[in-house]
Amino acid sequence: MRALVQYCVNLKGLCVGAVTQVRTIGMVFLHAARKRQTLLYPEEKPDLAPRYRGRPVLTRDPNGVERCVGCGLCAVVCPVDCIALQQEERESGQWFAKFFRLNMSRCVFCGLCEEACPTSAIQLTPDFELGEYRREDLVLEKEDLLISGTGKDHSYSFRTHIGRASAEFGAQWAEGDDAPQSPVDTRSLLP
Amino acid sequence: MSVFSLPAVQAILPQLMSIAWGIGKALIVLFGVVICGAYMSLVERRVLGLWQDRYGPNRVGPFGLFQLVADMLKIFFKEDWIPPFADKFLFVLAPLVAMGTMILAFMVIPVTPDLGVADLNIGVLFFMAMAGLAVYAVLLGGYASGNKYALLGVARSAAQSLSYEVFLGLSMMGVVARAGSFDLRTIVLSQQGLWNIIPQFFGFIAFLIAGIAVVHRHPFDQPEAEQELADGYHIEYGGMKWGMFFVGEYVGIILISAMIVTLFFGGWLGPFSVVPPFVWFALKTGAFMLFFILIRASVPRPRYDQVMILSWQYLLPLTLVNLIITGAVLLWVGGAA
Amino acid sequence: MLFSFYIPALVALAGALGAVLEHRPVRALLNLVASLLAIAVVFYGLGAPFAAALEVIVYAGAVMVLFVFVVMMLNLPHEHSGKRSWKSPIIWGFPLCLAVMLFVCLSDLLLERGHVGLLLGNGQQAPEQVGLLLFGPYILLVELAAFLLLAALIVASHIGKRSDDIAASPILREPSFINEIVSQGQSEAEEVHSAARCEMKEEASS
Repeated sequence: MRALVQYCVNLKGLCVGAVTQVRTIGMVFLHAARKRQTLLYPEEKPDLAPRYRGRPVLTRDPNGVERCVGCGLCAVVCPVDCIALQQEERESGQWFAKFFRLNMSRCVFCGLCEEACPTSAIQLTPDFELGEYRREDLVLEKEDLLISGTGKDHSYSFRTHIGRASAEFGAQWAEGDDAPQSPVDTRSLLP
Repeated sequence: MSVFSLPAVQAILPQLMSIAWGIGKALIVLFGVVICGAYMSLVERRVLGLWQDRYGPNRVGPFGLFQLVADMLKIFFKEDWIPPFADKFLFVLAPLVAMGTMILAFMVIPVTPDLGVADLNIGVLFFMAMAGLAVYAVLLGGYASGNKYALLGVARSAAQSLSYEVFLGLSMMGVVARAGSFDLRTIVLSQQGLWNIIPQFFGFIAFLIAGIAVVHRHPFDQPEAEQELADGYHIEYGGMKWGMFFVGEYVGIILISAMIVTLFFGGWLGPFSVVPPFVWFALKTGAFMLFFILIRASVPRPRYDQVMILSWQYLLPLTLVNLIITGAVLLWVGGAA
Repeated sequence: MLFSFYIPALVALAGALGAVLEHRPVRALLNLVASLLAIAVVFYGLGAPFAAALEVIVYAGAVMVLFVFVVMMLNLPHEHSGKRSWKSPIIWGFPLCLAVMLFVCLSDLLLERGHVGLLLGNGQQAPEQVGLLLFGPYILLVELAAFLLLAALIVASHIGKRSDDIAASPILREPSFINEIVSQGQSEAEEVHSAARCEMKEEASS
């Protein structure tokens, strides 16, 4: 008798379950009239956020001087060791990267290099079309990485910020730019 | 003048013509079914995409119609590899059985009043026999692969197919009792005026579920269960041998759809005499093929013990009660008349 | 017409021989399946399509599947010691004698009855006639078989249950429930019987 009652309870559960399944089937059927979630990619480009982590680039400051000072923090912080660079000093005392090599076949687009960079030089951009036909082409040199713009950080200039005017290193001043700020007092507690 | 003017030839010419027409009909049905089965692979992906808010393959040709050609080219040029630890003869035999039984079962389906390969007076039983033999494809394929996942798939498939074939047959018996014949053409003709879906609704429900389970289609795809068994019994298959399993599965879907239409939805019968019978048959069968894809898109796979409990504890009594009531009503009506 | 008898008959013999001589268990069973399928074709040729269909559904499709399945699960090694012993005449001599005696009896019967060709083409036995025979003169046998199957079902269910389940389950503890099932089975058999009778009546009227 108890088994029979249990059977009836199970049967009721089965019927309720069947009704919900039919409802699911109906709801899925109605999805035929909905808008597609996917894009037809090569024709329609996806709308990426400005902070999307795609192709890494080396940027220049507002004065057009390359920002990278070759400190090597990006290479240190990189979890997959895909960045290699060599620092060198010009006769004017200006630091720069003698070579800057980024192996895109290793890069995992974590963005730690961007966070570590003190001069906002290396930045990840919303460009994901990175395919190459030859594997060697995935190793990007400095001239491949360097762009002529400021990237995401439009106004920041490391050298202006620390008061070492770019002029004394021979860079041109852009029209309307202010004079270099006073040097930062690194001993004060104020920012 | 020609051979056809000889009297002896003219005497046997009508017979020759009828034989040729018979073979022609068989070839029409064969190629129709195989081409439809192959195109199901495209239709399924497109329609699944439709129900999942995406596009599906739409690149090759207009609406992706030539995707099939691309797939066939790819599959034909794949290496025809047999694992060294496999039982070679059975490994090759299994996909042939999978596709062959399903296509053979199509022999008894009456497509239109004129078109249909054979009118067996045991048509329903022939379908059952072929469904029973189709188990061997899974069994041999899984055994010959020498793979533990394949063997797990076989274990599930043997139990599931045998259980569901029991009431696959029983659910058809109500229809057979109403028509008084195992011949599918007679069954279709017996539905003039009233399709079997109304008097045999529970038989239809049981047949639908059993049909899905017997061709191990989602959600009853326990033998292949990609997520648990990594494709189950055909895990070691690749290239055209795998393709034959695949086409066999799609032909199975078409077969079950055609059987449902024949048994419960009046086959080629339809309300408007302007519309040719073939169109009615194709429309109804296509609707059920789409319904199977819709079920795949929406219903999750039950656990293995749930599948067994559903079959033996609920659907078997349902079909038996349905058969008893059908018999009683037939006797009552027959007694009155 | 004769071809449709002799070719499947030869296939059936070859399959049976293969089933005996093959030393790989799964292959032996598959030979047996081929033999059963050939016998089904023979039945069809002899004008008994219903028996042919049942042969395929029940024997080739269900019983042999279980055999093959069990043998697969046991995972027997390919070579075993039994292979060599079949070659000694003492082992196969006795069954061969029996088989020859059977063959002599059978051929005597067939020769008395006439050529095998006379058996062929005697018209088809429709499924309805088989049903009428089963539920007419042979109703007792059908009922007995049903009882046997029911008993087997109950025993299998009993063995399959764990002991604590048996203690908890009233179905397996109370014999009255079994009586209920038995009576239900009888009524079902009667239903089928009456359905067959109805068919017979319809046929008679038409």
